[in-house]
Amino acid sequence: MKVSVQREDFDAGAEMRALSRDPMVGALASFVGVVREVAMTLEHYPGMTEKALEKIVNEARSRWQVMDCTVIHRYGDLKPTDQIVLVVVASAHRGDAFAACEFIMDYLKTQAPFWKKEAAGWVEARAADDKAWERWQPRKVEPKNRLG
Amino acid sequence: MKVKVLFFANLREQLGTGGEEIELPAGVYTVAALRAYLIKRGAPWQGALAEGKLVRMAVNQDMAPPTAALKAGDEVAFFPPVTGG
Repeated sequence: MKVSVQREDFDAGAEMRALSRDPMVGALASFVGVVREVAMTLEHYPGMTEKALEKIVNEARSRWQVMDCTVIHRYGDLKPTDQIVLVVVASAHRGDAFAACEFIMDYLKTQAPFWKKEAAGWVEARAADDKAWERWQPRKVEPKNRLG
Repeated sequence: MKVKVLFFANLREQLGTGGEEIELPAGVYTVAALRAYLIKRGAPWQGALAEGKLVRMAVNQDMAPPTAALKAGDEVAFFPPVTGG
């Protein structure tokens, strides 16, 4: 498992190859977030950021069969087309790899302490990101469905 | 008791500080009570941390609810909803 919060760019191909060396790995799912349209500065909370990302990865491991995982998130000044975030999940089969990768991104969007600032000001959190996160929460049992 | 308080993103800018050490007055034992105590300082604290403003909180680098208890030496952070990824 690798979690890195860094200013520097990353090589997604090299990170993926590093996770496919285990002969038991049958699937690698990956996501790369890219800066769209306008330049931005990404601020984060050193210490908590790493801790939050590790927590996210551990939560994914408790839900799916995750053999290995890499999460890299950049901070500092970024311009359009720059890579911001990488998530790679290695698993035996694609189902677990896809689900864990999507879960990690949804969790990260609402729980990892990063903030984007554009020339126009601080980017507002999106309700759609909270919705994406909520769908992974355990469903509440409606009273009418309870026995008795 | 003393705690370390940190502010990030637009809160840091509005308050003009990234953080400070605060000696908590008697009766301030939770994150919500600390927020209320800071609001009482008046501008710019009152506006930045006002009830109804979406402010997230963390204690010792874990997201924390307003009811989270505080103890001496804790690191408490206030920040807006996150926008990474």
